[in-house]
Amino acid sequence: MDYTIRIGGQAGQGLQTIGAVLGKLFARSGFHVFTHQDYMSRIRGGHNYYQLRLADHPISSSRSLVDILVALDKTTVAGHRGELAPGGIIIYDSGTIKEKYEGESFLDVPARKIAMDTAGNRLMENTVAVGAILGMLGLGLEALDKLLEETFLRKGREIVDQNVAAARAGSDYARENCGQCAFTVPASASGDGPAARRLLLDGTNAVGLGALMAGCRFYSAYPMTPSTGVLTFMAAQGKKHSLVVEQAEDEIAAINMALGASFAGVRAMTGTAGGGFALMVEGVSLAGMTETPVVIYVGQRPAPATGLPTRTEQGDLLYVLHAAHGEFPRVIMAPGTPEQAFYLTGKAFDLAEKYQVPAFIISDQYLADTEWTLDGLDPSRIEYHDYRLRAADLDKLDDYKRHAFTGTGVSPLAEPGASRHLVVTDSDEHDEDGHLIEDADTRNRMVEKRLLKKMPLIREEISPPLLYGEEGARTVICGWGSTYGVMREAVDVIGGAGSIAMLHFSEVYPFPGTSKFDYLRLLGRAKRTICIENNATSQFAQLMRAETGFEFSDRVNKFDGRPYLLDELLEKLQALEKSPA
Amino acid sequence: MPEIEDYRGQNPAWCPGCGNLQILRVFKMAMAEMGLEPHELLLVSGIGQAGKFPHYTRCNTFNGLHGRTLPVSQAIRMANHDMRVIAVAGDGDCYGEGGNHFLAAMRRNLNVKLFVHDNQVYGLTKGQASPTTAEGTVTGTQPFGVLSEAMNPVALAVAMDCSLVARGFSGNQEELKELMKTVLEHKGFALLDIFQNCIVYNKVNTFQWYKERCYPVGPDHDPTDREAAFRLALEFGDRIPTGVIYRHDRPLMEDLMPVIAGAEPLVRQPFSQEDVAGELERFY
Repeated sequence: MDYTIRIGGQAGQGLQTIGAVLGKLFARSGFHVFTHQDYMSRIRGGHNYYQLRLADHPISSSRSLVDILVALDKTTVAGHRGELAPGGIIIYDSGTIKEKYEGESFLDVPARKIAMDTAGNRLMENTVAVGAILGMLGLGLEALDKLLEETFLRKGREIVDQNVAAARAGSDYARENCGQCAFTVPASASGDGPAARRLLLDGTNAVGLGALMAGCRFYSAYPMTPSTGVLTFMAAQGKKHSLVVEQAEDEIAAINMALGASFAGVRAMTGTAGGGFALMVEGVSLAGMTETPVVIYVGQRPAPATGLPTRTEQGDLLYVLHAAHGEFPRVIMAPGTPEQAFYLTGKAFDLAEKYQVPAFIISDQYLADTEWTLDGLDPSRIEYHDYRLRAADLDKLDDYKRHAFTGTGVSPLAEPGASRHLVVTDSDEHDEDGHLIEDADTRNRMVEKRLLKKMPLIREEISPPLLYGEEGARTVICGWGSTYGVMREAVDVIGGAGSIAMLHFSEVYPFPGTSKFDYLRLLGRAKRTICIENNATSQFAQLMRAETGFEFSDRVNKFDGRPYLLDELLEKLQALEKSPA
Repeated sequence: MPEIEDYRGQNPAWCPGCGNLQILRVFKMAMAEMGLEPHELLLVSGIGQAGKFPHYTRCNTFNGLHGRTLPVSQAIRMANHDMRVIAVAGDGDCYGEGGNHFLAAMRRNLNVKLFVHDNQVYGLTKGQASPTTAEGTVTGTQPFGVLSEAMNPVALAVAMDCSLVARGFSGNQEELKELMKTVLEHKGFALLDIFQNCIVYNKVNTFQWYKERCYPVGPDHDPTDREAAFRLALEFGDRIPTGVIYRHDRPLMEDLMPVIAGAEPLVRQPFSQEDVAGELERFY
């Protein structure tokens, strides 16, 4: 069982609401769900869609063909009817979109009329649509009733009852009128037994949750798609979890605030997209020089300049790697799934604090907005250790130097004001006390401490890439970040023992060594190695060559601002297969 | 009680006769008189001659980037509202490079004290015009004279309803010392614009120039009268008023932020993963 539902319409018509309700329902019923969104940079109107895939087996990407197309406007019908899978159905409301379509593949559900008739409230039309979809799939309404109650009880019992009635009427209508519907969906993914509860989580909330579990106490940012969701998530946590969230006047202020808070003694984070990150760059260098821990979330979107604001691209890897003047260590995490986003955000905090360096989480619009079902997340797997010196530690010290030379290059990081010891740091080159200097000897020793000693230690902390498939595979597809899911599923579909495997890098800098897993040997043995990236210049392949000397035999690129869909990637791989290796 | 000697830092690398030296001397006296220990203070500075200030005294220090003193200072207050935070900046630093932060800081009203060493010229980069350089002044980079009108930071601050606006002159040390104390004791964001002479690059606004023009506002001025304050702020010619120009006691942002208002400073609030783990539940 593997069905795709696409809800299309104008911004503001509620397609996200319909999609979100369905996603949660299916996840609660134990199905595997994968959703992604395609939207324009406008608040009302235009054409957007929300795509939801449900299956009884693990899935990690979106498909091109649609089984149920929910058309909230005529544009959706015109634009997507050609993408209907065999047996697929388009549901629409001829009363609202003012058009009547003929044919087996159309189901006209008078949602607005049903909403008025049953609930006396046209706002319920989207609930009617949700009910109709469940009816088409032959699913019961118990889980929906519960969800409607949870969602709307704060608005009063009457609203809950209206929604429940509307959903029932929509479901009944679909069951009676969709003779052509031939979908077969078990009541729950686990058959007769109780459904396994699953989390439904997108990349945005995964980053926010990871930061929360890692003890983030301060988040400053300036809104910019696709990073704003993390700011919103953090703001909502504020009061409950001792988190100060400040919307800064610009991105320069945002990163400088994060550094100020971190210097004062709390774990701090900032977030932005590529364009905003351009403004933050001097602050990254400041973090490097002052050895102030900070976590920076960068949500990529197609650029240069304003680019395609609401769409996706992996175009900023080398930028994030090289941004900022001067030489200093940094950490870059590039999660491929919400699960990785959760744990790697935690790891970014731990490494930032442990080594007093800037640590990045680099994501993109696709990962930010795609929801995956997960069996669960374990916060205790996020390392939390307070590496800073607090009052009790400091009182025992006779002497304190913020930038003291040490064997590891990591100097003691004290909370200013917690003791009589002074905490001094400087963006100028400085001595152990933090005061500015100009002599060559101190400069040499500081670069050794800050950069050369720390870098190998940080590299040791980096996990090797993940291998999916067999070691001796003839073809190895390779990628980083958000292409994880589609690559993984491509391996599943192509299958065949020993034919294809995936190598995915989610901790990209410091570039992983080969001591824990000799991935270079694996790549060297493969007949064909294909680097798949959502950009035009294969930035990861460039990084791989720079760091290891390895050159991929083939590169696959996509830079139209859209993510790879499974069928599309399969076609590209098949085309490559036919060309000489 | 702390002594002035407790505030001795590195030997200043400023030019002999620089107004900064007087400001430094006054600062140390003010801190000692207020009974503040060096570890109870956090100085945040940027880049410019004023940016070096913290190194020439002793206290907790974050000497950051050009123009960015205020974002750092404000976040320190949000993270630890028990800490006394002074942002030390220059006129180019704060009013030029950091202009947007200046506006935002006045709006926020966190309890940060901003000392702007205003010598109406760029000293560190050798004599270019700053936002407060007089129109028409010829410099190496403005060979036809400064074509922009000079900024009036004090008038701007009054217009922005900055909680406390004061102006001093490095040459009037007793007055400056009292102003520093007033500013530090004020509850709210405070601007102290300090005129200082640059003996090398500003041949117009010399020590004598300021000395002849600066006069104390006197007891007749009511700083809570915004219109009167604005009139004084606009006075910038043969006579320039010094002292507390404007005061508006308005709520501190620290007292409006629910996480820290009336609570322990953020930096001392406990954390445990168990407390936050429950947030996963709403994604089921």
